[in-house]
Amino acid sequence: MAALMSISFQIVVCGSIVPDPLQTLEPVTTPAGPGLKNEMMLPAVLDPWASHSLYEAANLAKQHPGSKVWLVSLGPKAKLQQVMMTVAQKAAFELVAVDGSASGFSDSAQTAAALAEAIQGIPGLDKSRLLVFGGWESASRGAGVTMQMVGERLGIQDQFQGVDQIKVEADGSFEVMERVEGGQHQLSRCAGAPALLGWATGNLPEPKNNPQIGMMNMRTVAPALQKAKPFKPASNDLTFNSISLPKQVRETKIVKDKSADEIARELLEWIQQ
Amino acid sequence: MEKILFLAYTQEDGLLPSAALEALSAALSLKSVLGSAELVVGLVGGAVQSAADQIAGCGASRVLGVTGPEFAVSRYSTDAVAAAAICKVAGATLVIAPGTSRWQRVLPGVAQRLGGVADTHLTQVEGADGSLKVTRWYYRQRMEGVIQRQQRPWFLLVDPGSQPAYAKPGATAVVEPVAVELSPAQMRTDFKGCRGAGQDVQTIRPEAKLLFVAGAGWTKKQADGQPHVKDAEGLILNFLKASRASLGSSKSLVDLGGEGEAVLSFLTHLNQIGQTGSTPRHAKGLSTCCHGEEPHAVGWRFINERRAINLDANCGWARGKADVLYVADAFAVVSKLNALLTAG
Ligand SMILES: Cc1cc2nc3c(=O)[nH]c(=O)nc-3n(C[C@H](O)[C@H](O)[C@H](O)COP(=O)(O)OP(=O)(O)OC[C@H]3O[C@@H](n4cnc5c(N)ncnc54)[C@H](O)[C@@H]3O)c2cc1C
Repeated sequence: MAALMSISFQIVVCGSIVPDPLQTLEPVTTPAGPGLKNEMMLPAVLDPWASHSLYEAANLAKQHPGSKVWLVSLGPKAKLQQVMMTVAQKAAFELVAVDGSASGFSDSAQTAAALAEAIQGIPGLDKSRLLVFGGWESASRGAGVTMQMVGERLGIQDQFQGVDQIKVEADGSFEVMERVEGGQHQLSRCAGAPALLGWATGNLPEPKNNPQIGMMNMRTVAPALQKAKPFKPASNDLTFNSISLPKQVRETKIVKDKSADEIARELLEWIQQ
Repeated sequence: MEKILFLAYTQEDGLLPSAALEALSAALSLKSVLGSAELVVGLVGGAVQSAADQIAGCGASRVLGVTGPEFAVSRYSTDAVAAAAICKVAGATLVIAPGTSRWQRVLPGVAQRLGGVADTHLTQVEGADGSLKVTRWYYRQRMEGVIQRQQRPWFLLVDPGSQPAYAKPGATAVVEPVAVELSPAQMRTDFKGCRGAGQDVQTIRPEAKLLFVAGAGWTKKQADGQPHVKDAEGLILNFLKASRASLGSSKSLVDLGGEGEAVLSFLTHLNQIGQTGSTPRHAKGLSTCCHGEEPHAVGWRFINERRAINLDANCGWARGKADVLYVADAFAVVSKLNALLTAG
């Protein structure tokens, strides 16, 4: 137990904001490339898989006193500020903000460059204790590419994706469970930090709002937003030929007055076709 | 001139997974539309000869291999070294690979290591006038984009299930070994095996024709004012057994477990379909006791025929998301359906 207590981590969570999944999204063309209709007006949330990774980070930090969590977020400053009002009540972290587009149509390689730079700029970061967390995919680009590129830029060669669990041992090594094909998990054991984990859902429920944590976090959130560096992509290698909504809306046949027997027979026939 | 590298790893049996054979089809169609492009095959694994023989008829100019026990398992550090070495020897400008969990974990990092770029979940790869366009979905399958890039190497990870599998007869291939050196820093992670996520029952069956989705309604109070979770469990398990369907779930249903409520014991978050779940590919899908809200329904993008059973005629499925909505009690219908399935 004493050894377990002596292990502490510096956990950097990468997470941006995305439109609330309950919103209807429509692509539009802007002078800067594709975007979403009323993009700046759409209510935003912290990217869901990244938020799971934030809760897991906070939980891990709690179990290992002396640990600290940062949230590195690239997004439009004004929107980040709104989202932080709720996120800051869920888990203790220090915000590192980068002011720029959080669009799903931006290039993952450019985003990764900005995130890695922001991480490297964290004063006193100790790589031997570093765990980089994030979602295994964003709800915007949905590519599952950015985190690996961040890891490479930081020279981290132990990387895991689709993570549902981390179990830290007394010597600082840990076991990771990653999602693989066919409803299975792959189990790996890593010698210890530094490592990068792209999280899936994990095992923790969404923490209840805690105004005390919120107040503590807000002391760093405002200054972090104030000194957020503007992000301008270095090149625009990525070009979009088109962005379109799926055309097919089905003509739903609504069957109201059939008995369970009749429906079951109809379904059987359909299943066996 | 583009140089296409088809990059794959071997399974335990030494052969290629079906997702790799699909990616090879994409590589071949790309080669044919890009005209003068050259195709190289790169294989990683404990041993790769059988896999090389399996696809010897694909018309590749070279077959490169990284082999050894360290490469038999799925691990970022060693896979990255192997993939990067093959890409360099091949001089690849385009790398086409299956978007499986193993490659999805490592190839974006390899792209970065080689100064390249990566796009994943590709559903179509096409060429026109010697240039390449790829199709993928954005915002969790809400919209489809067609993109192009100038930067190379460009890693293209093809979504499993989106292409026909390569199926030409095999022959004997000559594999050129690519030597790689591993440092202790690349051996800090040990592979410990894989295991099913569900308690006792394997409910996720990617190859199944039918996806059966259970929603939170199965645990809600029914007409008699009581929940019937045990009955629901029995009905669903019997249905899965008789139909060999794969089991999906709504978020609300799996989340109930985390909130300490009675839920179906065999469900995990891996069953979840939708925005923060999976987007599986099946020919047919049957939704039961699930409302069909947008964050759920986006996970049905690749389910061709869709039917739903819900007590509510105004549920989400009624609004163009299902082909047929049965307004009925799923307990009654699934019970009858099970009787028919087991009788037949
Ligand atoms: C950030 C975010 C991410 C999300 N991601 C996902 C996701 O990935 N996947 C997902 O599923 N949801 C997701 N959601 C949640 C989504 O919005 C819905 O809340 C959820 O899908 C509802 O689940 P449900 O339809 O099972 O439950 P409910 O909405 O409770 O619906 C239950 C249904 O059961 C029906 N019913 C009850 N009894 C019977 C009976 N005997 N026979 C027939 N029908 C019956 C009812 O009529 C009702 O329609 C997400 C939400 C957010 C905010």
